[in-house]
Amino acid sequence: MHNYTIAELVKGLQNKEFSSVELTQHFLDRICQLNDDYNAIITITGEQALTAAALADKRLASGDAPAMCGVPILHKDIFCTDSVRTSCGSKMLDSFIPPYNATVVENFARDGAIMLGKTNMDEFAMGSSNETSFYGPVKNPWATDCVPGGSSGGSAAAIAARLAPGATATDTGGSIRQPAALCGISGLKPTYGRVSRWGMIAFASSLDQAGPMARTAEDCAIMLNCMASFDEKDSTSVEQTVPDYTASLGNSVKGVKIGIPKEYFSEGLHPGTELAVRKAMAQLEAQGAELIEISLPSSDLSVPAYYVIAPAEASANLSRFDGVKYGYRCENPKDLQDMYCRSRSEGFGEEVQRRILIGTYCLSAGYYDAYYGKAQKVRQLIQQDFSEAFKSVDLIMGPTCPSPAFKFGAKGDDPVAMYLEDIYTIATNLAGLPGMSVPCGMVEDKPVGLQIIGNYFDEARMLNVAHQFQQITDWHHQAPEAM
Amino acid sequence: MTIERKEIEKLATLSRLAIDEKTITDVTGRLSSVLALVDQLQNADTESLQEVSRPFHISQRLRNDEVKETDQRDAFQAIAPQTHNGLFSVPKMIE
Repeated sequence: MHNYTIAELVKGLQNKEFSSVELTQHFLDRICQLNDDYNAIITITGEQALTAAALADKRLASGDAPAMCGVPILHKDIFCTDSVRTSCGSKMLDSFIPPYNATVVENFARDGAIMLGKTNMDEFAMGSSNETSFYGPVKNPWATDCVPGGSSGGSAAAIAARLAPGATATDTGGSIRQPAALCGISGLKPTYGRVSRWGMIAFASSLDQAGPMARTAEDCAIMLNCMASFDEKDSTSVEQTVPDYTASLGNSVKGVKIGIPKEYFSEGLHPGTELAVRKAMAQLEAQGAELIEISLPSSDLSVPAYYVIAPAEASANLSRFDGVKYGYRCENPKDLQDMYCRSRSEGFGEEVQRRILIGTYCLSAGYYDAYYGKAQKVRQLIQQDFSEAFKSVDLIMGPTCPSPAFKFGAKGDDPVAMYLEDIYTIATNLAGLPGMSVPCGMVEDKPVGLQIIGNYFDEARMLNVAHQFQQITDWHHQAPEAM
Repeated sequence: MTIERKEIEKLATLSRLAIDEKTITDVTGRLSSVLALVDQLQNADTESLQEVSRPFHISQRLRNDEVKETDQRDAFQAIAPQTHNGLFSVPKMIE
């Protein structure tokens, strides 16, 4: 059962081939058996899952089952879950048990999905390798001496290891697409505002966006149908109709104009990755898509702009963790300042503290204009690049990341080397555009991701083209040897 | 641009972080390399551009000033490190 896609599981449940309790128990058994090998899941919610599955079976029997009724999934541990620990991968929130659900969690519950547990992640979503988690790194199921990517590495590894058919994730600079690429699965970061951020622990509020991870584009479409909603509790949620993302999956790619930015195929790209990505685009061309070379001239400014804006917003967002209302408080504080300083230094890991310091620097008097103000202007340049490109193309394609999964510790001493891992994904967050990654080949026995960038709210077309690509390739069906 | 040790100490105070002596040199070096990366921004011609604080042109929605939340003090205080008579308790501020 663990090799079925979500679409197949929905059919199997509706046709009574298996019950949700059987399915849920099957995945819980796999998690118990295999999670220690990958460290993909922080908290397992077995009892709750089986209770919810029994309820789902009743709804399925009554013939009144919502779209994902009885399908087990995992939630990234960044989404608040009522009465279930939500750690955000940090010691700071190791004992935090929220009294409410994030809107994304509510949406899945409404549609009958079963929560199996909460996935491991880089601390506060700050990282591209999952090495910054308080709970230890996640291992890539394709090569356990390599990283799964980050920050949603636990969600990606769990899907690759068949511990769940789908999982929620978040993407601030590539945190859905990069781990999806490194773990050989599909993942979509929607347009900013498409999915509610309410109850999702904030990293950089103008960049954060939640999205689905699954093995196929079709499954991502099913999950996005459930996740996307207008939410009056999130003031940046966009009040726009949510289409049925599965309805257009079958459309032909004939005539779809695909832009190929020359800047995404420059120095630093692994030759094997380039070959796989170019082959994938040629396969779409053979199906009738039109490939057009384009330029995104400000691409090289994305990473520097991001590493001003994201830490600046993070330093403000993370000021709420002060040991007063919830989260970690240090032992025996001698006064209030001591409590603030030691609670934060003992509660946050090294990378989080580094980003708080950078953000504070960029926002401090005398430096604001030179850094934060400048970065916000550069952001406009990056947006202009994309809006110019989308005048002549429907989608943009390129590699998701420069190379396949790297070994643990390979970039540990150099934060800048790690930051460059997101060189192709960051620009879409700065522009608020949707982006996705689908598996498109193997290099050194490790998966490669094809990145698809769409115009605002054009997720349906991205999913359509990704699905059509998956009709003529089988990279998304390949599994690590141990599976 | 390099960052001086004294500046790190000031930033740590502003950020309410207690950085110990042992790691301060390491943090100084690492922050300098990140600032060298972000210094690439200075070469960009942004003369005619406005600062953009949102990913794209959406306006901030406002809601009516109506009370919708119910009192959940007990639920929220149940997860606080320390409370006293319905208040969040912190160490003494004034001698």
